[in-house]
Amino acid sequence: MRIDLTDVTASAVASALLQARRRAGSPAMGMVLTFVVVTDEAGHADAMAAAREVSTEHPSRVLGIIRGGRRGRARLDAEVTIGQGASGETVLLRLTGGLAAHPVSVATPLLLPDSPVVAWWPGDAPDDPASDPLGWLAKRRITDAASATRSRSAVLARRARHYTPGDTDLAWTRLTPWRALLAAGLDQHPVRITGGAVEASRNNPSADLMAAWLRCRLRVDVEIRVSRGPGLTRVALHSAHGDIALHRPDGRLALFTIPGEADRPVALQRRETAELLAEELRRLDNDDIYEDAVQVLARSTPGGRQAGTPRPTESQLATTAHAARKTSTRRSTKPATAAPRAAKATPRRGAKTTAQKQTAKGAAKKAGTKKAGSKNKKAAKKAAAS
Amino acid sequence: MSVGANPLRDPQDRRLPRIAGPCSLVIFGVTGDLARKKLMPAVYDLANRGLLPPGFALVGFARRDWADQDFAKVVHDAVKEHSRTPFREETWRQLSEGFRFVPGEFSDDRAFDKLRTTVEELDEARGTSGNHAFYLSIPPGAFPDVVGQLKEHGLATGAGGSWRRVVIEKPFGHDLASARQLNDVVSEVFPQEAVFRIDHYLGKETVQNVMAFRFANAMFEPVWNSHYVDHVQITMAEDIGIGGRAGYYDGIGAARDVIQNHLLQLMALIAMEDPTSFEAGNLRREKQKVLASVAIPDGLNLHTARGQYARGWQGGQQVIGYLDEADISRRSTTETFAAIRLDIENRRWAGVPFYLRTGKRLGRRVTEVAVVFKRAPHLPFTQTATEELGQNALVMRIQPDEGVTLRFGAKVPGTAMELRDVNMDFAYGGAFVESSPEAYERLILDVLLGDPPLFPQHEEVELSWQILDPIIKGWAANGRPDPYPAGSWGPESADEMLARDGRTWRRP
Repeated sequence: MRIDLTDVTASAVASALLQARRRAGSPAMGMVLTFVVVTDEAGHADAMAAAREVSTEHPSRVLGIIRGGRRGRARLDAEVTIGQGASGETVLLRLTGGLAAHPVSVATPLLLPDSPVVAWWPGDAPDDPASDPLGWLAKRRITDAASATRSRSAVLARRARHYTPGDTDLAWTRLTPWRALLAAGLDQHPVRITGGAVEASRNNPSADLMAAWLRCRLRVDVEIRVSRGPGLTRVALHSAHGDIALHRPDGRLALFTIPGEADRPVALQRRETAELLAEELRRLDNDDIYEDAVQVLARSTPGGRQAGTPRPTESQLATTAHAARKTSTRRSTKPATAAPRAAKATPRRGAKTTAQKQTAKGAAKKAGTKKAGSKNKKAAKKAAAS
Repeated sequence: MSVGANPLRDPQDRRLPRIAGPCSLVIFGVTGDLARKKLMPAVYDLANRGLLPPGFALVGFARRDWADQDFAKVVHDAVKEHSRTPFREETWRQLSEGFRFVPGEFSDDRAFDKLRTTVEELDEARGTSGNHAFYLSIPPGAFPDVVGQLKEHGLATGAGGSWRRVVIEKPFGHDLASARQLNDVVSEVFPQEAVFRIDHYLGKETVQNVMAFRFANAMFEPVWNSHYVDHVQITMAEDIGIGGRAGYYDGIGAARDVIQNHLLQLMALIAMEDPTSFEAGNLRREKQKVLASVAIPDGLNLHTARGQYARGWQGGQQVIGYLDEADISRRSTTETFAAIRLDIENRRWAGVPFYLRTGKRLGRRVTEVAVVFKRAPHLPFTQTATEELGQNALVMRIQPDEGVTLRFGAKVPGTAMELRDVNMDFAYGGAFVESSPEAYERLILDVLLGDPPLFPQHEEVELSWQILDPIIKGWAANGRPDPYPAGSWGPESADEMLARDGRTWRRP
């Protein structure tokens, strides 16, 4: 069922959702999260289709938000869809005029009570998603550096510098099968890794993350080389016995090499956006491993980066990140250290309603602990680096 | 970095799937229905999800004059037809390099010699490192032969740190004595922890969710006992008849086929105390405690019922009765419907009967557990207002339409105070491309990983038979099962059995 609403308010959209659900015989209950898709006129069809597909695994209320031109009268148009092959509810919201600058005012009344909010920017996203008004609403913020229209590696590096717990990037999600196979390779051949190499098409954010992850975990130098693609084409871990390597020249079938054994073909197809999103939504807590990787990345890329540039301090950096992580895990269990930051976070949280203000203290404490954790981490890293 | 601990693995890194180590799966009875419809597709789906090791090998053993390529063709067709995930040429290429076929009889020494060399060749060429799982998808009568051969040809024990495992399917015997015998045969060759008994029901997401539901929530536990629960109904209904399984089914019957394994396991999960952890041993201990405290009610005729489907209309189709099925004797007394009452004698459940029922050719295909609560001790309403009010119920829908239903009373809109039961439904997400694995995928992966929590051990099997043996023996001495028309919810005797306790079956 589809309902088009022109020039309405968010509460009219909310009541349309309720009506649609009733008329369809209330099929859409049991939704587990609100999925905010920040998109544009050009990309919304694909993005919403992917979000709907994910909705079959994670029944959700999908809010597609298109921010139109700032000129003219403030106006909200909405398309409400219920049923039609998806197990949740879908609302596409078009914000124009003055309203385009205030998407939160539209999203807030439409969030599912008490369930997590996930924000996804299928195209260009802010450098610091956590401080974006819509990103601030979300527990998890999914960006995709690979779909950025500007220099992708640089975009990723900038986001890495603004990393806040809860941030994640599909460039990282794309690596999961690669990482799983490399880890399995090392399970089979527990050898000492002395170095590594990552090959990918130019400006590939996944390659940057892969290299950062390997540096961070193995504490060795990892070289990035440019290949003709598509995407990531080769990852090799050097050891005295030979390379543990994955080579995927065609984006579909990879060759898995382990020292002393015959090469084996491994299916390693590039995954659809919906599959990547589904993986992201499976767990909504902070991804510590990603955090470690982006922090290595943030420190190794002061400004944009040229492929193949030597990085003399890499192994040092890796050690630092490791130390920082240890510090942060220890600190984050101590609420006392969060106090200064918590105080700062209170006004932001408390600005909503009086009812919220009363609970803001608890919420801020929670948020503060998290933030303080990452801040301490930065501080610890600085100390260790100097 | 220390050699041994893999620096790329981190317990925090929960994205990384558990990939089985290098190994092979050897399937005996590879031409059977189960192998084609479930096992081969499950292996493919696992590979497609990237959960099998790159050098994984699949070996078929059967009495067919096939070469490796013929076997690959059979697997290919089975996968194309039955796999859950889309067919991908790349995945197929990765898998098919590891296909081997060994033709022969179970008594044929040369065939097992060939199997041994095949397995050794795989260790060499595919790097399976001596790790092999033997899946016995064969009638239990052939177990002694195969297991003995495996031992004789040195296939049952791996060298060094490698493992050998054996997977067996139900039925685990047909009574206590035969279950013990079967266990003796297998355990003589394989150590206890290397024997994996597959009960595919336990691999279902919804069954595992029973534990999450019970032990992760605070609000159900306080009412999960005889103070609030009136009784529990566990139903597994099938709409199909016996199909082509006459040879297997006749003489076995519904109680042995379903109650002994699936329903008693479900009951144990519903009734058990919280385990110390989800580690296999702890889980098993709690289940065993429940099974050990089960008491069979006195008066079998009063508290059990059995039936046999007769001709009738099921779901818009006219179907024949059990006795008219091909290869079934006209005088067969095998039951196709069984309902029993069990009591669990412990502090939590004393006085709460558990009603278990299963049958073929019933109204629809459904498996569910309904926990029915006692009525409120006092209703401050007039008698007429509560006439339509039933008992509260919490229903775990196992299949199809997986989810949870809560049934409670609500006011009928209008001026008069009139109460009626309503349902509150929770549905699990549907089937997404990569998620919601088939039970067999989960279980095969667990076998390859050596992760045993979902596999019943022989103690559980024997306890189940101890519960069922007297009932089946009683039935055997007591005439014929009652006929019930196909498409109904079983014989009248089943309704009478509950009516005696002042209860009724829920229509699932």
